Amino acid sequence: MKYTKYITSAAGLLGLGAILVACTPAPTMKTGYDYAIPETQAMQDDDFSNPAFVWVDIGEEQWSTVDGEAGKSCESCHGDASSMKGISTSYPKYSAEDGKMRTLQHQINYERTERMKAKAWKWEGDEMLGMASFIKNQSKGMPLNVSIEGEAAPFYEAGKAFYMQRRGGLDMSCKNCHMDYPGVKIRANVLTNGLPNGFPTYRLKWQKIGSLHRRFRGCNSNIRATPYKQGSDEYTNLELFLTHRANGVAVETPAVRN
Amino acid sequence: MTYRTILSTLVGIALFGTLAANANAAEYMIVDGTIPDSLTGKPGDAANGKKLAINRKKGNCLACHVMPIPEEQFHGEVGPDISDVGSHFTEAELRLRLVDPKVLNPDTIMPAFLKPGTHDVLKKFDGKTILGEQDIEDVIAYLMTLKGQYSQ
Repeated sequence: MKYTKYITSAAGLLGLGAILVACTPAPTMKTGYDYAIPETQAMQDDDFSNPAFVWVDIGEEQWSTVDGEAGKSCESCHGDASSMKGISTSYPKYSAEDGKMRTLQHQINYERTERMKAKAWKWEGDEMLGMASFIKNQSKGMPLNVSIEGEAAPFYEAGKAFYMQRRGGLDMSCKNCHMDYPGVKIRANVLTNGLPNGFPTYRLKWQKIGSLHRRFRGCNSNIRATPYKQGSDEYTNLELFLTHRANGVAVETPAVRN
Repeated sequence: MTYRTILSTLVGIALFGTLAANANAAEYMIVDGTIPDSLTGKPGDAANGKKLAINRKKGNCLACHVMPIPEEQFHGEVGPDISDVGSHFTEAELRLRLVDPKVLNPDTIMPAFLKPGTHDVLKKFDGKTILGEQDIEDVIAYLMTLKGQYSQ
């Protein structure tokens, strides 16, 4: 009788524990910000000391600048840039017209060439990085929220396969570092989860802002692998995989990293 | 010229071809999680091994391991502390762990130092191994001297 009582209360406690565990929200993944030194965090925290705002300002200026044969600016159709709030969180997004994924930067150039009849911007140029960081900055603090359902599914799978594939002279995959050892030091640097939520990001090493795909190229070269082109299908699919992995993590653009 | 001469010439060419093809591919025999035989037959040079362990473009062991090398800052923490590795492993065990650790753990992040990459390898590293055979013998000789705990 006594024992039964114990067993019942033990079972009750276990049940309560299970409910508590189920109700506790999953902690969001640590971003590069969490692993950065306080000086770098402080630089990002204050828009006036964040050097990336030089580019955000370029984007803001371009927003209302008329360009191309259609005689339009972004503002002509979209109005105030606050209309972009939340928009970037669902990129990369499937485009039926292209039959593949579009990153925000692809979308910006699509708008320029198709709607404005203006020239496409260079992927790593000041105008493009400016516009991308300006638009993403409208969603700062909002959770990433990409879909990998339906048409996007095979592109997600391709991105995942890229992430898991060992490559280069060092024969390492993205997973080997960024899934297996986040928070662990590799020589002087701390490995991170490799999340995309702060891009375009100002890197102290670059002394300028840069795209996520530029970062991919650096990572690939470090492991002695052939880098792909910025905007390539390979990197776009990888961006989809990374962004989905970071779904729920808040946008930090423009972040500051070492 | 007799048939015999022709035959031996042909055999000679075939043999030479085989040797030439193998000149870049390392030959070693794995026995019970070890490579018992030296890769070169020459003893390793521990002093050079230490240099290779530090060199970021060569062994770069410090990227992931704590080692008793106080003159170098920033030892990595991805792999285990190896400042006492010489007390725990034999040369033969270390040899396989350097040549191709994936034989023992297919999911390890540790590179195989004597096996070229096979996927998307940058042209300048194509077909190349991270270290040479004698380099590996030198690193083994150095690692065997690491006996005793060390704290950074």
